[in-house]
Amino acid sequence: MSKKGVLLTGAHFMNGDIACAEGAIVAGCRFFAGYPITPATEIAEHLSERMPEIGRIYIQMEDEIASIAAVIGASYAGLKAMTATSGPGFSLMQENIGLAIMTETPCVIVDIMRGGPSTGQPTMPGQQDVMQARWGSHGDYEIIALAPSSVQEMFDLTIDAFNLAETYRVPTLLLADEIVAHMWEKIVIPTAEKIRIVNRKKPNVSPEEYLPFMPDDLVPPMACFGEGYRFHATGLTHDEHGYPKTSSSEVQERLVKRLCEKIRRNEDKIMRVEEVMLDDADVVVVAYGIVARAALSAVRKAREMGIKAGLLRLITLWPFPQNHVAKIAGSAKRIIVPEMNCGQLVREVERAAKETSVVFLSKLGEEPHTPMEILEAIRRNS
Amino acid sequence: MVQETVHPLSKYLREAMIPHIWCTGCGNGVILNCFVQAVDELEMDLDKLVVVSGIGCIGRAAGYTNADSFHTTHGRSLAFATGAKLANPELNVVVISGDGDLFAIGGNHFIHAARRNIGVKVICANNFNYGMTGGQQGPTTPLEASTTTTPYGNIEHPFNLVHLAAASGATYVARWTTLHVRRLTQSIKRMLQKEGFCFIEVISPCPEIFGRRNKMRTGLEMMDWFKRASVVENFSDPSKAEISTEKLIVGEFVNTEKVSYEKFLHEKISQINEKRVGW
Amino acid sequence: MVNIMRIEIRFAGFGGQGIIKSGIITAAAACLYSQKNAVQTQSYGPESRGGACKSEVVISEEEIDFPKVVEPDVLVVMSQHAYNEYVERVKQGGTIIMDPNMIPHEKELQNVNVFHVPATKIAEEMQRKIVANIVMLGAFVAITGILDKDAVKESIKANIPKGTEELNLHAFEKGFEYAKNLLKS
Repeated sequence: MSKKGVLLTGAHFMNGDIACAEGAIVAGCRFFAGYPITPATEIAEHLSERMPEIGRIYIQMEDEIASIAAVIGASYAGLKAMTATSGPGFSLMQENIGLAIMTETPCVIVDIMRGGPSTGQPTMPGQQDVMQARWGSHGDYEIIALAPSSVQEMFDLTIDAFNLAETYRVPTLLLADEIVAHMWEKIVIPTAEKIRIVNRKKPNVSPEEYLPFMPDDLVPPMACFGEGYRFHATGLTHDEHGYPKTSSSEVQERLVKRLCEKIRRNEDKIMRVEEVMLDDADVVVVAYGIVARAALSAVRKAREMGIKAGLLRLITLWPFPQNHVAKIAGSAKRIIVPEMNCGQLVREVERAAKETSVVFLSKLGEEPHTPMEILEAIRRNS
Repeated sequence: MVQETVHPLSKYLREAMIPHIWCTGCGNGVILNCFVQAVDELEMDLDKLVVVSGIGCIGRAAGYTNADSFHTTHGRSLAFATGAKLANPELNVVVISGDGDLFAIGGNHFIHAARRNIGVKVICANNFNYGMTGGQQGPTTPLEASTTTTPYGNIEHPFNLVHLAAASGATYVARWTTLHVRRLTQSIKRMLQKEGFCFIEVISPCPEIFGRRNKMRTGLEMMDWFKRASVVENFSDPSKAEISTEKLIVGEFVNTEKVSYEKFLHEKISQINEKRVGW
Repeated sequence: MVNIMRIEIRFAGFGGQGIIKSGIITAAAACLYSQKNAVQTQSYGPESRGGACKSEVVISEEEIDFPKVVEPDVLVVMSQHAYNEYVERVKQGGTIIMDPNMIPHEKELQNVNVFHVPATKIAEEMQRKIVANIVMLGAFVAITGILDKDAVKESIKANIPKGTEELNLHAFEKGFEYAKNLLKS
């Protein structure tokens, strides 16, 4: 068994799942609960070894519902917490993702997307959970979802996910695909001073004055169990005291709108994209995850052929970077959206692109789009 | 002039949340009363007490208690409590929930929490039906009982909760009715001082919803049944602990010692770290 | 050492042969011990043992955008099923390194260089059938010259269970020597 510290500074060759687990450790994750599922199991396996050796907690729960519930419990008991799963487990988690939204629980949920629906293709990649990530739990809410394209980003974005979860008291999703999760690549883990870690805002008032759901700049400071604040939290619609107010329209309006606003009004701080050769691009590929790497290759090849192509790589999927898409829609003639699904995020692109025509490229099964397939679409639409 | 007096137990209640939502004749108030009485007699630190509940009438008990409290989604109280207890083993985590929440939708969480022996204490109000939604059949509804979804009589066999808890590995298992106020309070006190997973079933009257369809229209009639049929059989075989019109076996069935999950885990972590040669 | 822009390698066989591991060792050798960029991807079925399995490596002097293999320069193949599946997708002028004892039915192929390396038999002679993939890896290094021999040996040591170093390095040398002799003849 390895005997390592928290931060494994240096160059490593590892797969995406392990990079995600190491990112969680560095971010300060002290509690992991999960249930075995391909292709996310390596995250749990790795953490089952790593967490105890650095004095942290790993538990395998009886299912994914229990896993996310335990994560919420641990987060309320004061620890940064995470779970990891894939489509079928992600479906089971939706109920308590809603609870985490409603109780403003900072936590990270990793979904390694495989082919669905249902049990689908456990060992094959997909990008089929993108809309479920946004709308999977009932009711109105805003959520944050990040989409890594490399093993390095499996590490980096896991840290970002924790930071965002703690900042906005919102469950934050790492939406990766099977290829990125199982791919082995070199990553460089930086030194401690180069890594930004955010912790949740704590109350600076006495327990008598503390209102657990009174926002301070849209996000309420968070007391935890055992700290003497003796607060109540509930999945029911609640007022600033945390007390149920199931018959008040006013409280429902105030609470649910704030839960959305705390993300919407901070979109600019949350959203991240990578822009490649967009300045003069006539044809822009909008892509994320593994597909963005095929798109990058295709865009480079198109440029070699003299076609003015560019890539908008979405790192944040939710909140959707609509301003970035609107911007390219103003200058580009065509937008191409390749996805490993039957057309999910393309709907958002179309909404943001307004008049500019959007071409969708679907791919399902073992392989993502090849660069040649995307290049062909660029050529046809240039 | 009327002098205002403060009830000695009111400091344990969140008065801003009261009046409560429970019906006349409901047993939930008795259960909450016995619980806070036990907390008082043990002089527990309220700052280290966490009360967790799921969905259902008794689910509101968490909010009524003046401690840290969390009202989870339906059935998930034990999974949530497992995370909280593991994250901070100093907390006294108590789950107060109903038979439907803990044994239908949450049944899988219950058996696994008991199997792991997580140090969470469970008080289950068993009222034989889903009261909050208007009286549907549940996992403890007696055979042939009438509910809004068994208008011709229930044809499903009910769980014997104490047998299930014992078989799943709970280190303390008891059953009382809301008539057994003193015994229940003492039982809760014993449970709160134990290390591992503990379970107390409290048979609780639901006259407005369950009783009226089953020839017990008032709380008093239901309590009459408890009085008439209850037999204390401490440490008898929980598999034979019947609940019927004629006989209602109550008592303590299990009281054993077993290392709790959180203690086991944290000992394991210490062992692993002792072997280390530094960070 | 060849200066390479982008080389695509596909290892294929069935689950349990160490196919995935071969790809990981190769890619790690390139990026941790040879200052090249490399990425390994894989695909496998639901079976832990016996199902079709492939492990793909892209090696490049430049940043690797698309990590999957499209048209492999090299196919290292250890089962009939994988052979049938992938043999015709090798790049024109590319290389096929195959275990003839595991692939009784061979096709007539044009414009590819085929090398027969009886890795499973060699491993069996060492009484350790499990190291057949490493024998194959030795042959791969000797035949292709893509990677430095010592870099691959370092990578083997870093990616195998502790205590099996001697066995694996011996297997590697066996494969390497076998292929060297093949190249001479």
